[in-house]
Amino acid sequence: MDELLEILSELHPEIDFSTHTALIDEAVLDSFDIVSTITEINERFDVAIPADKIVPENFNSAAALWALVEELEDE
Amino acid sequence: MYFTSLVFIAFLALTLLLYYLVPAKAQWPLLLVASGVFYAFAGWQGLVYVSVTVVTTYLAGLRLGTLGQTQKDYLKEHKGALDREQRKSYKATMKKKKTFWLALCLVFNFGVLAATKVLSLKAISTAIGGDGFAFLVPLGISFYTFRAMSYVIDLYRGKFPAEKNIGKLALFTAFFPQVIQGPLSRYDTIGQTLFAPHKFDAAVFGRGAQRIVWGFLKKLVVADRLLVLVRTLTAAPESYNGAYAFAAMILYAAALYCDFTGGIDITIGVGEAMGIEMEENFLSPFRSKNIFEYWRRWHITMGTWFKDYIFYPISVSRPMMKLTTAARKKLGDKAGRRVPIYIATLITWFATGIWHGVGWNFVVWGLLNGVIILLSQECMPLYEKFHARFPKLSENRWYDAFQILRTFLLLSLIRSFDIYASVPMTLRQIGSFFTHPQLGAFFHDAGLLLGFIREGDFTYTELDKLGLDKLGLTPLDFGVVAVGLVLLFVVGALRRKGDPREIVRQKLPAWLVTALWFLAVFVVLIFGLYGIGFDAQQFIYNQF
Repeated sequence: MDELLEILSELHPEIDFSTHTALIDEAVLDSFDIVSTITEINERFDVAIPADKIVPENFNSAAALWALVEELEDE
Repeated sequence: MYFTSLVFIAFLALTLLLYYLVPAKAQWPLLLVASGVFYAFAGWQGLVYVSVTVVTTYLAGLRLGTLGQTQKDYLKEHKGALDREQRKSYKATMKKKKTFWLALCLVFNFGVLAATKVLSLKAISTAIGGDGFAFLVPLGISFYTFRAMSYVIDLYRGKFPAEKNIGKLALFTAFFPQVIQGPLSRYDTIGQTLFAPHKFDAAVFGRGAQRIVWGFLKKLVVADRLLVLVRTLTAAPESYNGAYAFAAMILYAAALYCDFTGGIDITIGVGEAMGIEMEENFLSPFRSKNIFEYWRRWHITMGTWFKDYIFYPISVSRPMMKLTTAARKKLGDKAGRRVPIYIATLITWFATGIWHGVGWNFVVWGLLNGVIILLSQECMPLYEKFHARFPKLSENRWYDAFQILRTFLLLSLIRSFDIYASVPMTLRQIGSFFTHPQLGAFFHDAGLLLGFIREGDFTYTELDKLGLDKLGLTPLDFGVVAVGLVLLFVVGALRRKGDPREIVRQKLPAWLVTALWFLAVFVVLIFGLYGIGFDAQQFIYNQF
């Protein structure tokens, strides 16, 4: 989780990703940020997030995204 | 049947009447029949085309739905019996089957779309043999194909179960108010409201009717006049260059906005009048401060379609991830990380260009958008540094206005590729802003025109003396457009505070609100242009 927070903070240092829960709804992350995050996750955790998982529920908070990473890691 | 034709008004009135007369259960089937009639008006061929799309999408959807359900049941049943590898291998086998059906449906339907677009090109249809191929572009094919394909892709992604009722899928695909220019609704968002029963509610109906009138006002009173002007200015690019070309560019921005949003107002209004909710397709796009914001506000449903079904699938695909890893090793982390974004952005905007029309103009238009978006992204650190140096600037209203104007001009410049016959001609016209500004002649004409409007001399007789007749409109038309644009600005300002219809309703006495709406109807009837020159009533977006 800490490493994911690090990835996100690199994109937007001004945001506290550990508490924010509306990253998509409030347009904190745009489509380029999302692709950068997915690329970074793939690089560091060797987890591929497919396009069909790019929905607000999975990207609105770091916790939700982390849950997705863990779920995909399990598969 | 154009939205702006009398036949459509009669058709709409009858449909609305029947919609509230038939039993609730029969409401959506009635809309399906109405949509069929709407299509039939454009020629039986269109009906055949859309039916083929519905049937192929339905069959592929059923197959995908069954495969998805089988997979779910199998995995549930064998939960304890399968190890991780077996589960993975089973999922991979099922995915292959699903991908086959999805690909078959996509290739077929996008193939038909591409074929009709290519065959309709003048050069190709002439080469094949005459004009007989005109029928090959069915009404709204880009829109219904995109809607149907979003359904089948979402189904593949397991977003919802397959629709068992082909009638419902047909209505979703070909719902008549959305046929001509969208919005590109998704099955899971519009489905519930489209198939639900709706009781007559005078307030809801009235709101829909108001939005329809507002749409007609924008389209027939403002857009069609501006379009006459734009077409006159762009039809003779040799004479109308420099400041005239600049004016054409600005006028086209206003014309397209009024035309397109007017059409969407009619569409959403028709839905509202029936209690059917649709998403907004425009959110004050000309108030955008940068190109990213603009594309989040203009033709929103098209933007999200391309983002969800082209940009993301390409940028996060496995081959792209592999390419990115390789690029990071070769070019370093910073540059390598940009690879998926660059490739996917350019492909997405190339596709967006082609979707608007098969031709170099549209390719250049699309790619220019993509390139400017990427350049803006690259300049982001610079902007941040700049704002860190001048922190008060971001709160400055004049700086806001500068950003809005800059974005408007930039997008208008890109949009110029829409209005001239070829890419070189567009470039020549843009170049003429600097090489042949014609400022003297332009301001002379503009001054005379303003004088005429001020003096209230709205007759044709003196026009030839001014040379204004060549612009295709009378001074009265200019006056009507000016008033219309002011009204648009006022409504735009009201929209910042909420729904303008609600604000007007709360601030003014009921009788005055009613009187104003009647006045609006009369303005449409009196000042609406009905087929002046060219094919003015045709919506610009009809062609896509």
